[in-house]
Amino acid sequence: MLTYVTKRLGSLCLSLIVASLVIFACIEIVPGDPASFMLGINAQPDTIQALRVELGLDQSQAQRYLGWVGGLLSGDMGTSYTYRTPVSDIVSDRLQVSLPLALYALMLTVVVAFPVGILAAARRGSVTDITVMGATQLGVAIPNFWFAILMVILFAINLRWFSAGGFPGWDAGIFPAMKALTLPAIALALPQASILSRVMRSSLLDTLSEDYMRTARAKGLTRRQALWRHALRNAMIPVLTIIGLQFSFLLAGAIIIENVFFLPGLGRLVFQAITQRDLIVVESVVMLLVFAVILVNFLVDIAYAWVDPRLRVRS
Amino acid sequence: MTGNQTMKSILLSSAALLIATSAYAAKTDVTIGLQLEPPHLDPTSAAAGAIDQVVYSNIFEGLTRFGSDGAVLPGLAKSWDISEDGTVYTFKLHSGVTFHDGTSFEASDVVFSLDRARAEDSTNAQKALFNGIESVEAVDPTTVKVTLSAPQGNFLFNMAWGDAVIVAPESIADIKNNPVGTGAFKFSEWRQGDSISLVRNDSYWGTPAALESATFKYISEPTAAFAAVMAEDVDAFYSYPAPENLAQFEADPRFTVLSGNTEGETILAINNKLEPFDDVRVRRAVSMAIDRQAIIDGAMFGYGTPIGTHFAPHNPDYVDLTGNAPFDPEAAKALLAEAGYPDGFTTTLKLPPPSYARRGGEIIAAQLRDIGIQTEISNLEWAQWLEQAFRGYDFGLTIVSHTEPMDIGIYARPEYYFQYDNAEFQDLIEVLGVENDPATRSELLRQAQTIISEDYVNGYLFQLALTSVVNAKLTGIWKDAPTQAIDLTAVSWSE
Repeated sequence: MLTYVTKRLGSLCLSLIVASLVIFACIEIVPGDPASFMLGINAQPDTIQALRVELGLDQSQAQRYLGWVGGLLSGDMGTSYTYRTPVSDIVSDRLQVSLPLALYALMLTVVVAFPVGILAAARRGSVTDITVMGATQLGVAIPNFWFAILMVILFAINLRWFSAGGFPGWDAGIFPAMKALTLPAIALALPQASILSRVMRSSLLDTLSEDYMRTARAKGLTRRQALWRHALRNAMIPVLTIIGLQFSFLLAGAIIIENVFFLPGLGRLVFQAITQRDLIVVESVVMLLVFAVILVNFLVDIAYAWVDPRLRVRS
Repeated sequence: MTGNQTMKSILLSSAALLIATSAYAAKTDVTIGLQLEPPHLDPTSAAAGAIDQVVYSNIFEGLTRFGSDGAVLPGLAKSWDISEDGTVYTFKLHSGVTFHDGTSFEASDVVFSLDRARAEDSTNAQKALFNGIESVEAVDPTTVKVTLSAPQGNFLFNMAWGDAVIVAPESIADIKNNPVGTGAFKFSEWRQGDSISLVRNDSYWGTPAALESATFKYISEPTAAFAAVMAEDVDAFYSYPAPENLAQFEADPRFTVLSGNTEGETILAINNKLEPFDDVRVRRAVSMAIDRQAIIDGAMFGYGTPIGTHFAPHNPDYVDLTGNAPFDPEAAKALLAEAGYPDGFTTTLKLPPPSYARRGGEIIAAQLRDIGIQTEISNLEWAQWLEQAFRGYDFGLTIVSHTEPMDIGIYARPEYYFQYDNAEFQDLIEVLGVENDPATRSELLRQAQTIISEDYVNGYLFQLALTSVVNAKLTGIWKDAPTQAIDLTAVSWSE
């Protein structure tokens, strides 16, 4: 187990180094100067130069790369060009929305997908199964921003149960904050839950036809006992992979939903930062997201080993 | 229904009514929806209009200020004297004014602010406003003397800009995130990505604001803006982004739609140095190929005023020169043939993100195609546009709204992106710069408008309209935008 974890950690570090280089290079290639953007079309050239110096943009690329990576290693993500506040402060503000939203959506996804997927697999070919397959097909096909807009029209404009969007902040209390995240979480969870239900179902069906299931039944276990004790655990690997991917996606990929509900999340921050050429924010946030994705993958790898003892030995 | 029950229900409903009315009467806050969030809150070191929308005259004040009709009014300076030769301005300041942090406002703060704006390392986006200042001195705590190197006709106008507000040395270090001014509202909180809130400054030197607090809420998606207005999450949406919904709001008694003027001359900018646009006949052909009303109707849903030069139609000195380039594709084709392009040519059309450019660009491309000019359209982000078109001169045509007030002077800068180089015009602007007499100034401004219109420097499309959706009971929101400001000092709830 230890060598397995060490190996995974090694590849995690390598991925991070490569990612930092790629991110920096990509952002350097993007045309557009942050100082000119901020000062607009009436600015005098000497003013733009003064701002470039103030922002440290007059340094060489190598200097800026090393400065950035050095800062990251010591936990300093730099200072935003546009907002002029530490990037770490901005990011932690945004994470207070994005992280709970992603977890909320993931929780809804799992809570819906597990029972639905298991039920459909256990009653393969039944009306329940066909309904589930049809509904999940629809859930994958419906664009979630459209579904979100429908929910806003119904629950915010017509029924007035919810605000049309916005986030009151956690200091407004747990309930108002969770309420503000409910519609976005549902919108995010709909396609994810549909995907996960289908994965759960097919993965369970695969394991149900394995030889060891027949053995388990031959030992005298009921269908249900065999399913819960043997099939489910073996069906978890693809499901965990999908959950890992979904979490990373929900953390950064909620941008459209964040726009529909005007939530101050990470996705919107990156989007704004790109248009404003707040390069340091883009670099640091993308790096953070890469780190999150790599970390989640690492944890999923560890979880594989936990559910499948063979992986520990094999490595 | 028994008598007792009737009594009960009357009591209950009147109680409910009472609660409703008193809750209504108590409404002293306002939430205003906006599309663009400011990068920070220092109006003196960035071009973003989103900064001025929050802070102008609410938090920060200048020596002079713009009124809702664009007139220059006294601000922190209650009066001024101008020397005979027009080079020395002596401002008399209001006394007893304090900044929001309690420090007092004095002549030394004016010296500090103006010196900071014109310093060598200044990052003021409109540094040109201060170029003519030779020295600023505090005569006594309430008197400031500004000496100019030459007379400047629009000095008081320049001092009314958001970029010229008075800031304090005590609070300058943190101005970007905690702006401290002298205005009727104090900065309260900025929930980045979400909203900015202000509270009333109870020790304000002037007429106190009616509102106790105000929140600017940032909603960038047009669909989300629609939902927020319909659900009444916001009391007003300033510069509402989806004109296609306006008819629906106009029909709804809960809302008023304000349609006013801005300082935004929207132009089809032409690269005057690039062949074939260096030929005035080609530029004239382009101008005559454009059907302005079709663009206003198609891209702006009918909101906007056609213009024939680079000047705001609501300005008293405006001359209607739309007749210089009437929509006439046949004449345009003839002009092209005369210039040696009977079969037209191909050029680039670079479009920045706003909808006036993206939607308008498609229509203009079709209109130009009719006279034989093919355009290669590319959609650019602002940062790309600044680099390629604005600084790199790498464009044939582009569409931009010039939102700075009274900016006809840009035509006197040959290096400015459309590269118009006319010595006669440059001389005229120079004369205008030092002219103080209002009648002569008006005459010079009319001449300036005419010169650029007759030179067909750019295709003049329309004056950008400002359309806002406002709760029908909210009064005092500026209809026009003489500068990019949302002045809340006179906003209140009626009834």
